[in-house]
Amino acid sequence: MSTLPAPAPSPSAAPAAAEATPAPAARNRGRARGPRRPLWRTALLMAGVLATIAVFLVPIYWLFSSALKPRPDIYTWPLQWIPTRLTLDNFVEAWTSAPFGRFFLNSIITTGVGTVLEITLAVMCAYAFVFVDFRYKKIFFGLIVASLMLPGHVTLIVNYMTVANLGWLNTYQGIILPGIASAFAMFLLYQFMRTIDKDILQAAEIDGAGHLRRMLTIVVPLSSPMILTSTLIVMVGKWNEYVWPLIVTSTADMRTLPIGLQFLRQQEGMSNWGAIMAGAVFVSLPMLILFFLAQKRIIGGLAAGALK
Amino acid sequence: MPVTITQDPGTAPGAVSAKPVPAAAATRPPSRPVVTAEQRRRSPQRRRRVRRDAMLFLALIAPNFLAILVFSYYPALYNIGLSFFDWDFVAPRPEFVGLENYLSLLTDPSFGEVLRNTLVFSGVSVVVSIAGGLLLGSLMATKVPLTGFAQTMAFAPHMLPGAAVGTLWLFMFDPNYGLSRWLFSQLGLASPDWTTTSDWSLWAITIAYTWQRLGFVTVICYTAILDLPKDLYEAAALDGAHGWSLFRHMTLPLLSPITFFLSITGIISAAQAFDIISIMTNGGPGTSSSTLSWMVYEEAFKTFDIGTASSAATILLIILLVITWIQVRAGERTVNYA
Repeated sequence: MSTLPAPAPSPSAAPAAAEATPAPAARNRGRARGPRRPLWRTALLMAGVLATIAVFLVPIYWLFSSALKPRPDIYTWPLQWIPTRLTLDNFVEAWTSAPFGRFFLNSIITTGVGTVLEITLAVMCAYAFVFVDFRYKKIFFGLIVASLMLPGHVTLIVNYMTVANLGWLNTYQGIILPGIASAFAMFLLYQFMRTIDKDILQAAEIDGAGHLRRMLTIVVPLSSPMILTSTLIVMVGKWNEYVWPLIVTSTADMRTLPIGLQFLRQQEGMSNWGAIMAGAVFVSLPMLILFFLAQKRIIGGLAAGALK
Repeated sequence: MPVTITQDPGTAPGAVSAKPVPAAAATRPPSRPVVTAEQRRRSPQRRRRVRRDAMLFLALIAPNFLAILVFSYYPALYNIGLSFFDWDFVAPRPEFVGLENYLSLLTDPSFGEVLRNTLVFSGVSVVVSIAGGLLLGSLMATKVPLTGFAQTMAFAPHMLPGAAVGTLWLFMFDPNYGLSRWLFSQLGLASPDWTTTSDWSLWAITIAYTWQRLGFVTVICYTAILDLPKDLYEAAALDGAHGWSLFRHMTLPLLSPITFFLSITGIISAAQAFDIISIMTNGGPGTSSSTLSWMVYEEAFKTFDIGTASSAATILLIILLVITWIQVRAGERTVNYA
């Protein structure tokens, strides 16, 4: 990848260069094709990269540094960019003024169970679409993928009524079950399973292995990279889910973390920023850790979903 | 795993000859004389086999398909029905009012503001994130030092809960102790009251949302740029195409399927944006930062006006379907799938 020759630099250098000087392309004609880029251009690109880093890093740095600052250091002017003293007081305060232990438990249960269920449904469904013969497959496939286009807010009211009629308001199953239908993960797995060599399955079939056995002993192990990727993507989505758990839960002990964060803000009178940022760290940190551990997988999966 | 044996001399010929109709291979003993395709299609084994596969197919997709029916299609249709009624979740029977909900929405000036806000919020976030994503994606593709780190940082906000992003930006926009004060003081200005004045609230949520989305679009564009056919670039370079013209006449057209996809999914997700709005402004002050998705929630679960909420949701659905349709039509004509 790093040996990419000319094509990558040129298109990208273009917009930045076009802004900087009126006719850089003309001046560099005949040189820009080479593997080396003129120094001024590299410098310009580097400046762009540093600016990009700043735009995304500074707010996240601000989140963490504020959470670690003692109260008076937050409310000072000029701003204190580098904390002089670090403290965990904000975390203690956030944890005691809202039931964060309970929020964590709820988030872990709903995310964990919901993800396992959704991925199980997705694997079964993708297997059927790839390996089981059926005449009207395409209709079902179309209906499932088209459901990706339905905005969640259109289904909100009726799903609330359904869950209420089932007596599931303020329960785990009420939070989890409406979210287990899988279109995106199913699509990712479908794309992946299509690349599995069918001869292997045919050999197994001749050996007398039924569909279930073929699915569990051949297709699932072979698809495990994509199953892992889609599990991660689904997990992040469920952990971050906001509007549905907000509607369907009504007591603090059933809230999940993102809603707990809002609860904390109300407890803290909306402006004790240190404690509120500490709460935001509680909510964000698990996803950030997950991302830094598995970023190639997560990005690769999302890109595969978009580009295929 | 005993079943993974692939090279069994006894079965290999059978597998080969069964290629045209693989489903029939297992039920037909290899020793039997050649049967025509027509006979095979009619054979009772074959029919039983087809039926068994159909049953298995339906059983495998049933849980997922039923979940989609029950929690996506059924509510979307039922929601349209509800929009013709007046209801508050409590009354035993919704009262049929015909088109009244729609008429009162469409004549209400504050609904006009909500529509305009939705348009500005979605339009700005989609255009900025795609333009920025193309720019940053091609910047990342240059592979100058630190691009890997920049990409990681850009994508990180996309992983965070919208609730956390909204809370963080709320603090950054704090006119007294937030980074906004610092930024504006560099210019010798006072920070606006981003989230508490109606002039700025819509921009506050749009900025926070775009910040969260931009990294995702960047990474998709970056991946797509690396996938572009390199020989085309070499040919274009030999023809003297450089810099901006190369980007304009090569990269952009080649990326058009991706930008097309990103604009559709971008509009759909912007139209559903909720957590950032809920945390930062609650749609306010007044309705100055209320979008359709916020309004649906507010009308349904705060004022319990189900008729108005479901009508607004139906309008949201119609708008998205129309936009998708227009984009697909336009895409057919302009997208370059080369």
